[in-house]
Amino acid sequence: MTVQSAIRRHGALERVLAAHSWVVYVFFYAPIIVLVVFSFNDGRQVSIWQGASLRWYRQMLQDDALMSALRNSIIVAVVSTLVSTALGTATALALERFRFRGQRVYDGLLYLPIIVPEVTLAAMMLVFFIQAFDYIGRLTGSTPNLSLTTIILSHICFNISFVTVVVRARLAGLDPSLEEAAADLYASRWQAFRRVTLPLIMPGVLGGALLALTMSLDDVVTTSFVSGPGSTTLPVYVFGLVKKGVTPVINAVSALMLLASMALVFSSLLAQRGGSAAKARQRKKEKKA
Amino acid sequence: MAGKRRALSETDAPVTPDLERSAIRAESRRGFLLALPGYAYLVIFFAVPMLIIFVYSFGTRTATGKTLLGEWNLDSYQRLFNHFVLGILWRSLALALATTVISLLVAYPFAYYIATRGPRLRGLLMVLVMVPFWTNFLVRTYAWRLILGRNGPLAAVLGFIGVNEPRLLFTNAGILIGLVYGHLPFMVLPLYASIERLDWSLVEAARDLYANGWKAFRKVTLPLSMAGVVGGTILTFIPAFGAYIEPELLGGAQTMMLGSFIQKQYYAVSDWPFGSALSFVIMALMLVGTIIYFRRGGRTA
Amino acid sequence: MSGVAVELTAVSKRFGEVAAVREVDLEICDGEFFSLLGPSGCGKTTTLRMIAGLEFPTEGSVRICGQEMGLRPPNKRPVNTVFQSYALFPHMTVFRNVAFGLEMSKVPTTQIAERVKAAVDLVRLSGMEKRKPAQLSGGQQQRVALARALVNQPRVLLLDEPLGALDLKLRQAMQVELKDLQQRLGITFIYVTHDQEEALTMSDRIGVMHEGRLLQVGPPEEIYEHPRTRFVADFIGETNFVAVTVVGPGRVRLPGGEVVQALTHSPAGTAATLAVRPEKVCLARPGAAPAAGPEVNCLEGVVRRRVYLGNSLYYHVELGATTMRARLENAPGVGQFAEGDPVCVVWEAGSGEALEG
Repeated sequence: MTVQSAIRRHGALERVLAAHSWVVYVFFYAPIIVLVVFSFNDGRQVSIWQGASLRWYRQMLQDDALMSALRNSIIVAVVSTLVSTALGTATALALERFRFRGQRVYDGLLYLPIIVPEVTLAAMMLVFFIQAFDYIGRLTGSTPNLSLTTIILSHICFNISFVTVVVRARLAGLDPSLEEAAADLYASRWQAFRRVTLPLIMPGVLGGALLALTMSLDDVVTTSFVSGPGSTTLPVYVFGLVKKGVTPVINAVSALMLLASMALVFSSLLAQRGGSAAKARQRKKEKKA
Repeated sequence: MAGKRRALSETDAPVTPDLERSAIRAESRRGFLLALPGYAYLVIFFAVPMLIIFVYSFGTRTATGKTLLGEWNLDSYQRLFNHFVLGILWRSLALALATTVISLLVAYPFAYYIATRGPRLRGLLMVLVMVPFWTNFLVRTYAWRLILGRNGPLAAVLGFIGVNEPRLLFTNAGILIGLVYGHLPFMVLPLYASIERLDWSLVEAARDLYANGWKAFRKVTLPLSMAGVVGGTILTFIPAFGAYIEPELLGGAQTMMLGSFIQKQYYAVSDWPFGSALSFVIMALMLVGTIIYFRRGGRTA
Repeated sequence: MSGVAVELTAVSKRFGEVAAVREVDLEICDGEFFSLLGPSGCGKTTTLRMIAGLEFPTEGSVRICGQEMGLRPPNKRPVNTVFQSYALFPHMTVFRNVAFGLEMSKVPTTQIAERVKAAVDLVRLSGMEKRKPAQLSGGQQQRVALARALVNQPRVLLLDEPLGALDLKLRQAMQVELKDLQQRLGITFIYVTHDQEEALTMSDRIGVMHEGRLLQVGPPEEIYEHPRTRFVADFIGETNFVAVTVVGPGRVRLPGGEVVQALTHSPAGTAATLAVRPEKVCLARPGAAPAAGPEVNCLEGVVRRRVYLGNSLYYHVELGATTMRARLENAPGVGQFAEGDPVCVVWEAGSGEALEG
């Protein structure tokens, strides 16, 4: 029983579905293509084509504020990804392989950052920091400010949940007797983790990390609430520019951001597929032998 | 404590129920410690903020824009019922619902089509769906601003057909397009996952039984993919309801949604108690809605 | 090389309210092939895991080679396990899998290569070292699991239903191989299985478990010929069970009133269950039968059912108020009967045991 035979009986239906899917794909990609095309637009009018040029790219590279926003974005993304991946992986391990009191409460708490609307999360973090600064100021005499640190702390908050969910899914599919076998073969807890568990959940860990990295680089709402002057990230900077008035430099910046993300995604997919394709090829060779 | 724990595994003595209990407790403790950093982090940086915002919602806004905590009142909550606020709430609800319904209608046939291709093609097609999703959300929404502008490419195309000067930007329609665009992948993914897992022999049997393809779909395929429908609608509705970027970029002052309204309370208007009340209420609404929805739709993967 | 390899004293395991293992006392000798036999849920795997250290007893003592194990974790015990699912590390080659235990024990690298090669040769998988488990067949994976355990030269090897996933012919071949291996290496094997034929074929001694209790321990012949409880008699092979009353030493009364000879263990007047194996029951034509005498029971009955099994025939014979099954070989010289034939049912006194319960 194949799926194909279930569908082929309705040839007309298949054609309609195919056409519909084409339209959806065009819908997905058109804005991206339009944006990239217009980033090379020579004129100042954002949406009227006036010939091709690289001037906006050149202007972008000379924009100090933009460059510093880019730098901030990268710092925030890298730090928050590292921390949330470590915390998320540890949490996934704890929830899947151990039983302790308060487990179910933690489980529930973990899903909240994903379900809560982002505006609420942003407001929560803002109010929390301001209140905390108030107390710190009263205790030590110097009041901290909203900065990169507050952004990083907020990003970690929602990223832990994402990483945990991804790693947990991977862990749940792992045969628990593998870890028992490792122990039976004289491995300590840590050795069993490092030599058996970790390599096997690594795709999940990396997937979670990639997700966290993307969420962090992309984030606008929460970041705009908790960033102070001098600690803007790239998306928030672009957002500010757009609201003030649209200039063509934004097109160039956007196009580059798009291409960068796509490059990131493609390379990670290639790495995964390369690994599994090579493995599949090797397996075929061996089975013939 | 640590000394006692090490001694446990080193005592070479017959086991008694007490010793067994200690061993179980030691293991439990290890798990707790492993979970502790993450747990502590979420308690400090999530649970506490939620509490604080709840407290703030009962505070008062002073003349200078600062928040006074101490003279507790329900003013902020009362203002929720004010005509203007209700209008914004209503618009957000309507737009989120429209987004969800449109996304569902568009995504289901799409996901169905992909799920019914061969395995390798399926993977490729899904990757093609995910690639735009991984790119920056803000940038993609901004792209629509470009497209929908009065002199933009869409206007040019529509001009060919004879529709002149369409007003899409800064309207509800514009926001809706942006919302659907942004949230479609969130609908496609769960749908695809659950359709792909279907037992096709059941579909085949249904076709034989019902002879009418549509009826077979309604009675068999659709209920079996319900988990994906539930997951997709939740993942679409909640973000759409609290959307901030789309209305800011594609909407105008007349088409404000909750997201931007809340942001204004914190920055422009500096009315934190009111902003907090709003934030808290939509969060509560979403949580309750999710729980009810889950119970009725069944748990998703 | 004699001595006690594993000793369990009053070992119990409770999971909350459920008692999985109840007060098991067991001594397993050095160098023997010992099987723990019983139906699913009888506690045999839990017992094995307590020896391995993968579970701790709720109470009791587990001694391995004279040493009390207490709450020692599995990585500190001188035993190795072959898991039911093999538990091969999917991301490692056969070589790395087998070498794992040696690496964890900090064996020098030069020695590792030698010992791995020897172990792989021992299970006849030479040449497969570079493959990954996914590239091996079920039988091959099982052998890797074996090599991975044996390479560490444990004093005791624990095997948890290792042949369950294999098809019949392969299983039978592996049974022979395993037994052969054990005898050559002289290692103590503790083997968990629910397949009684497997246990009978391979073991030096068998321990039968049921509902957490160890019912009987002994060599296969003893377990088979002299089961001590009704469950053991029922679980292993086929048995006729007849509710009887003991009338004196060596004599019991059947429900129909006939008195026959059997091995008794309880005083006169007590109720018991007579257990006689079908293959110990002979059928003869009335008239041609030997008369009942000392040590031989002979009763008259009628064949009610004849079941043809290829290599043997089962006859269900009605004797007064009971039915007994007789298993006769399908061989030249052995008489055959039809349904409805009157027959004499003959069995030796020593073949029937009056069991309690």
